[in-house]
This record gives sequence, structure tokens and C-alpha cells, in this order.
Amino acid sequence: MAAATTEAAVRPSRAGRRLPLAWIGTLPFLAYAGVFLLLPTGIVIWNAFKGNTNGWTLANIKALNTGPVRTAFTGSLELCVISSLIGAVAGAILAYAVASGSADGVIRRVYLAGSGVLAQFGGVTLAFAFLATIGPIGFLLHASWYSDFPWGIALIYCYFQIPLMVLVFLPAIDGLRVQWREATENLGGSTWHYWRYVGGPLLAPAFLGAALLLFANALSAFATIEAWEDQIAYVVPQAISTSLISEVGLANAHEGDALALGMIVLVVIVMSCYLLLQRRASRWQR
Amino acid sequence: MAALVKAAKSEGTLNVIALPNDWANYGTIIKDFTAKYGIKVNSIAPSDSSAQEVTQIQQKKGTSLAADVLDIGNSVATASTSLFAPYKVAEWADIPVGLKQADGLYYADYGGYMSVGYNSAKFGTITSLNQLLGSKFKNAVALNGNPTEANAALNGVLMASLAEGGSLSNIGPGVNFFAKLKKAGNFNPVQATQTTIKTGATPVVFNWDYLNTATAVGQPASTWKVFIPANATLGGFYDQAINKNAPHPAAARLWEEFLYSQAAVGGQNLWLQGGARPAEQQAMTTAGTIDQTAAAALPPVTGTPVFPTEAQATAAATYLAANWAKAVS
Repeated sequence: MAAATTEAAVRPSRAGRRLPLAWIGTLPFLAYAGVFLLLPTGIVIWNAFKGNTNGWTLANIKALNTGPVRTAFTGSLELCVISSLIGAVAGAILAYAVASGSADGVIRRVYLAGSGVLAQFGGVTLAFAFLATIGPIGFLLHASWYSDFPWGIALIYCYFQIPLMVLVFLPAIDGLRVQWREATENLGGSTWHYWRYVGGPLLAPAFLGAALLLFANALSAFATIEAWEDQIAYVVPQAISTSLISEVGLANAHEGDALALGMIVLVVIVMSCYLLLQRRASRWQR
Repeated sequence: MAALVKAAKSEGTLNVIALPNDWANYGTIIKDFTAKYGIKVNSIAPSDSSAQEVTQIQQKKGTSLAADVLDIGNSVATASTSLFAPYKVAEWADIPVGLKQADGLYYADYGGYMSVGYNSAKFGTITSLNQLLGSKFKNAVALNGNPTEANAALNGVLMASLAEGGSLSNIGPGVNFFAKLKKAGNFNPVQATQTTIKTGATPVVFNWDYLNTATAVGQPASTWKVFIPANATLGGFYDQAINKNAPHPAAARLWEEFLYSQAAVGGQNLWLQGGARPAEQQAMTTAGTIDQTAAAALPPVTGTPVFPTEAQATAAATYLAANWAKAVS
């Protein structure tokens, strides 16, 4: 009894004496995030408030409220919402189809490998692939609406959005246990009941998270749309490009920083909505 | 000159920037320069814009990576003179007065006229810009870039403006023309390259004539023609400038001497062979130093050439910034 008491008393104090070194493991990550995320973000914000003659100014921020910039932000939002919604829904269905097959079957492996490749297939290569196949003089189909904004471009984006959705959403679907389905049926629930009260709520946070990833993926994409829409700036990354490389006198790097700041704000808003939604959706999991 | 060659050779290297090999014969020019002087040419970021060239020499200032010489658009040159070293090449007197900055901070190197290059096998002969609004030009007409970014594209719109009753000071009718093209379904926003021209994705391209020749776009001369409207003959020149803090100052100056040389294998005739009109063309024609064959191969110009002033170019850009995307999207 006495020994047991001593032991109980000693244990916490031994833990307290140990140097708290666990955080060292996170150093590489913090350094990485600091150098490649926080530092650039800080520089962008800092520069967005600087004038071309070194003083501080709000002119760059005010320039965000001009017609062309508003158009670029509207364009970016349209393109991102459309392509991430189509990508998320189609990708989720596809992922479900793949998950319901054999866990180590050939089809699943082919789909995963294919998605892994296609999710990274973007940029000029993708634009040209579409151009050559179903563009204005494509060998398969002569179509011109692929260059329409936003629907045509959104469709091209889906080419990498859907596979990406499959990749990030499949683990969540794999997490659904057959027993839950059986339990629902044993309790007299229909397929609708299962999805409404079990599967849906369970997958909602993962679905929203994946859709957000797709949204961000489309938001920052530049090379694909630049190759198709070389002569018009429809989205914010293109407007930033104009502010950096214009050789006709419209270059203004600080306005470019303000545009980037606008994109950061956009991501923060979307992120916050996501967190709120996720908190609500995952309440029952706690 | 001998001392310059010696100093340049001891530097051994020259950094050039934004010089695509298929642009105004630069591939050959670089090769010939190296062959003549044994100086290695380090070609940085061939597809950069003029604005990016200026950024590069600011960011790489004091390092051996900075570009020594620049080939830039006139509006960027006039805005960036504090970065340049004045230098007058031996043939200074042969460059027309209107094409050089008096102190030699920058001076025109080559130029040309805005033109429409097109597949004549597909469309027949084009004699006016208005034809492009016709139904057979569905999805065919492209600019070389975004006119709020690229000088060549801005001048394409300006040319359309001149043809449509606008003026150098009024680019509006040009924007309207492209809005009509878009409405007719004839505007093609794809980035025009040799590849898209080859595959037929961009069969009609607005560009400087020297970038639009059959050779420059890699097409047979029998099916690729260049049209310069008589009522809209819009000229434009690029400028040369030397980086004030050039890591290879002697090689930079020797490069300029080479570019402005009227020799058979000198920059002026080499540009001409690339379809560009060299700054000393007039003097060379008089002196008989010009490559006759290359001069005869230039696209014919029937109208009276006009050149936008700095103020006109700026006004056009400002108008485009507010109206271009709206008009064609």
C-alpha cells in the first residue's frame, strides 16, 4: 500500500522533470511554413501599402475597387466555385464508385494511379492537349466554346479537379464501415435514412474540406487559363501578371501586391466559413 | 575599337536578356557574335517582357548575373534612363534623329510595321481589316498577347483603330473593332505561337511584320502572307540600352558596335534578314551597304507610316486598362 502511494506520487513529478523537448520535432515544419508561407505573406501585405516612391499609401488598396479589378475578382470567384463544385460532386461520386469495388482490385489501383497523374496535369500542357484534341481545329472535335469564360475554362479545370477530389476524398469514404449501413437497415432505416443521418454527416466535413482544397487549387491556377485566354485577363492571377510584366506602362508591382492581398483575404474568408461549417458538421463526432 | 575588343575578350562573357532565338533573327546574331569575338553569350529568360528586363537588372545589380544589355520597348526605355549608361556607337550619325536619345542612353535598333499574318491557303487574300469580321474567320483572329501587357498587342489594337477611323490619340475604335470580332465569334484568345500557327489553331495573327513573316512563324511563304493596311501603317521600334552597372561593360559596348555595324555579317543586315527594319536602313540604302535581297523580301508598305508618341502610347494603355477586358469578354 505504501509502495503504491509512493509510486503514484512519483510518477507525475518524473514527468514534470523531463525537459519539454517534444516541440523540437515541429521545428522543421515551423521553419518551412515560416519561410514559404508566413514570410511571403508578410512581404505581400507590407508591400501592398507601399507607394512607388517609398512612402506608405492606401492607393493600391483603393485600386482594388476599380472596374477591371472587380471584374477579375468576380471572374476568379465564378471560375473557382463552378470548377470546384463540379469537381467535388463528380469526384465524390467517382470516389464512392471506386470505394465500393474490391479494396485491392485492379480497377481501384488503375483509378488511383490515373488520378495521381491527372491531378498534377495542368498548365500549358493541359491547355494544349485540349486545344489539339477538341479545340477550334482539334482532331477529335472542332469546338470553340472551350475558350468561353467561365464555363469552358471551368470544364478544362475539371480535368485536374475531379482526379484531385478522388484522391483526397477516397480515404473518407473508405472510413465508412459496412456495419453502420447494416445497423441502419436493422433499425428499419432506408438508403435515404442512411445517407441523411449517418453517411452524409460523417462525410460532410471531409467533403467540405476537399471542396475547399479544390477551390484554392483553382484560385491559384494561372498557366492553363493564361494559355487559353492569353489576350484577356479574366482572373486575379492574370491581373497580377499584368501588374508585374506590362511593358506598355501599366506595370505597378505594389498594385500587384494589393491584388495578392485581396486573394489572401478571399482565402481567409473561405477558410473561416469552412471552419465554422466543420465545427457544426462534426459536433456529433465529439 | 581594338582596345574595346581586347577588353571585351578578356571579360569573355556577355549577358543578354529577353532575346528569343526566333525574334528578329537573334538566334543567328548571337551565334555570329560569338563566332567573331569568341565571347560566350549567356541568354537569360528569352521570353521576358521589357518590364521584366528592367526588374532583372535592378534585382541582380552588382552580381555577375545581371544583364549587360537590354532590348526594350520605347515606353519602358524612356521611364528607366537612370539605369542606363550612355554610349554612342561608331555609326551613331546614321541613326535617324527621331530614333535616338540625344545623350545615347537608348536608341532604336530595329522596328517594323503592325501587320496581319494569315494563312492564305485558307482565307485567300486579305485586303482590309473589315474582312476579318466575315463568317469564314470564325475563331481565327488572335493578337500577340494581352494589349494591357504586350506592346505588340497594344499596337495591334491601335492599328485596328486607325483602320476604323480612330487616331493615334484615340484607340477606342480599335477596341470596338475587337468587340465586334468577339461578337462575331471570330476573336481567338489563345496564345499564338509557332506551334498554334502550325497546327492551324491561330490562322490569323496581329503582330509586328518581322515576327509575322512566313520564316518567323515557320510556314511556307506560298501559304502564309503578311498584310499591312494602307490606311493604318503603324510603325514601332525597339531600343537598345546598356546597363549602367553591367558586369561585362566592355562586352556590352562591343555587342552594341556589332549590332549597329553595317557589315555583311553585322547586326543591321542580320536583323534585316530576320525581316526587321534596322534603324540605319535609310543610310545603308544610300551607302549601298544594305543586303538587297533581304530588303526586297520585306512586306510591301503602301501607306504613309505613322509612329505613336510616348504620350499617345500611354493614353492608349490607360484606355485599354479600363476598357479592354470589358469589351472582349
